Amino acid sequence: MTDTQREVLLSIQDLHVWFELRRFGFSHAGYVKAVDGVTFDLHYGETIAIVGESGCGKSSLMKTILGINKPTKGKVMFKDQSIGEIGGEELRQYRAQVGYVQQDPFGALAPFMNIQRILEEPLVIQGIKDPAERERRVRKAMEEVKLTPPDDFLQKFPHMLSGGQQQRVVIARAIILEPKLIVADEPVSMLDASVRVEILRLLRGLQEKYQMAVIYITHDLSTVRYFSERVFVMYAGNMVEKAPVESIVHNSKHPYTSALMEATADPDANNALVYRELPAGEPPSLVSPPAGCRFHPRCPKMIDGECNVNKPPEFSADAAVVSCWLYK
Amino acid sequence: MASDKLLSIQDLVLHFKTQRGPVQAVDGVFFDLGYKEAVVVLGESGCGKSSLAKALLRLLPRNVSRYDGKVYLEGQEIMGMDEEQYRQNVRWVRMSLVPQAAMNSLNPVMKVGDQVAEPMMAHHGVKKEEALIQAAKMFQHVGVPVDFLDRYAFELSGGMRQRVAIAMSLVTAPALVVLDEPTSALDVLTQANIFNVLKRLKKELEVSFVLITHDIATSSELADRVAVMYAGQIVEVSDAHRFFNEPLHPYSRMLMASVPRLRADVEPDFITGQPPSLLNPPTGCRFADRCPKRFAKCSEEPPVFNIDGIQVKCWLYNG
Repeated sequence: MTDTQREVLLSIQDLHVWFELRRFGFSHAGYVKAVDGVTFDLHYGETIAIVGESGCGKSSLMKTILGINKPTKGKVMFKDQSIGEIGGEELRQYRAQVGYVQQDPFGALAPFMNIQRILEEPLVIQGIKDPAERERRVRKAMEEVKLTPPDDFLQKFPHMLSGGQQQRVVIARAIILEPKLIVADEPVSMLDASVRVEILRLLRGLQEKYQMAVIYITHDLSTVRYFSERVFVMYAGNMVEKAPVESIVHNSKHPYTSALMEATADPDANNALVYRELPAGEPPSLVSPPAGCRFHPRCPKMIDGECNVNKPPEFSADAAVVSCWLYK
Repeated sequence: MASDKLLSIQDLVLHFKTQRGPVQAVDGVFFDLGYKEAVVVLGESGCGKSSLAKALLRLLPRNVSRYDGKVYLEGQEIMGMDEEQYRQNVRWVRMSLVPQAAMNSLNPVMKVGDQVAEPMMAHHGVKKEEALIQAAKMFQHVGVPVDFLDRYAFELSGGMRQRVAIAMSLVTAPALVVLDEPTSALDVLTQANIFNVLKRLKKELEVSFVLITHDIATSSELADRVAVMYAGQIVEVSDAHRFFNEPLHPYSRMLMASVPRLRADVEPDFITGQPPSLLNPPTGCRFADRCPKRFAKCSEEPPVFNIDGIQVKCWLYNG
């Protein structure tokens, strides 16, 4: 199964999302270049993971896909629609096709609404007027996420549920309109270890059943391999490596990806005996990122005169596409 | 009490009063810790592990209904001390804390150098200049540039703030530091860097750690010993090598099986059900409801069995 055999659902073309900084509220003081030249295609029914540390722009990218931020430059194409240019009724219809699973389930659920109202809300917004039809769909979605029997939960409020159950409600809300695409922003990072796998498996089951495309945003490489086909690694607003998941795990190319791999531990008592070799320092400011490759100040394999001068284009290396001069 | 152990906790209990009855947050915690060792207390949220940190440092809220047990620090019983004795001899002198979300626990209107120096002034009565010299030394140990002494917390990144909090816990040269989820809010690379720092401190300063965490994979970065906590109780205390290879208690086994692994091809599994409420926990084994190996005996509270030096609270290991 290669990517080209499937049709493209979402196409991100040279996307830039910049936020203007103003001094004292009016004079221009530069831009925060949260997303700076990102390109990728997502096909029907495909799962991809976007991996990166906080501040690398992955949330800005996600919000642009959801139509919350407007692109500064470049395009977000969903089927034949350019998401940055639509508004009003069209945007509402677009949002019915994209589900959003938030990071913090408790923060994402209105505390004063019971589960029935929370799950009905998207149906009301999309103009389904028949209460019996709404209730049928609410119950169906609850069955899907295994909040069963639904009668036990319908009248409850979010604070009465455990973290795992709250996250199920969030997922039920995301799938209730039968979207083509789910954007899951760190869906399990707030949950306990023993529940995490259950939620990921639930998401994967739904994805397979309905052939939804999923964008899984995370900082945790170890969950990625159970969930996605391709992995995109982001650093300081750029995508540095795009590769199938097996290639990332067994044969990572970009020095930043390798550093992430090195920093991710598997439970093993021998870990306590060794120091990990990690790049020093911290990700750069997105207001004035370093010239050339943005990772070069921290990179152990930096080539002087190349990496610190010229921005690396995308090179192919085995199954991966890497923005790194090492693979010229 | 043999004093070859730095810390020995026996049957520590901390209950909170609430309107619906006592919450048994810590209910019979025990473990030993040697000098220059690190013990990891593993547990899921709500199992009472942060309350354990509070109980050790005696940083108690007002609604405590029961607080007893025995804690020996370097052979000396500390639970019986009165408040002033405890403040003068234990807290931050021999045992200190890196609180949860340490990065947000720094005072926003104080320079970080002054904050790190403060325990020296309060506990050892040294002058500010001297205390600042000691603070600068600690900054070097944890890898913060010394010119950051004059900065405020908001000028530092999350990882740097965490290092400052660690420096503050070490400045009085305590023998034991309790780390409560020290890296849970940090990025992967920052987290791994902090663990490198902790490993080095353990070696260079000969300090012991109690690391309280829910993150099994990263906990193995520091652990010499592992104590697993479930619903307010310790269910297994083991040597790290044996624990990470083959834990004994069914809960520990399932917890280990739930960890997604980057390098091994095993499908992680999950534990069905939820931990019991600490308001009214079941009378027998607290894990029995979720346990695949439960049998009739499990409705009685299991004692702690000793299997080749591993302590495990489970009827499966009876005789």
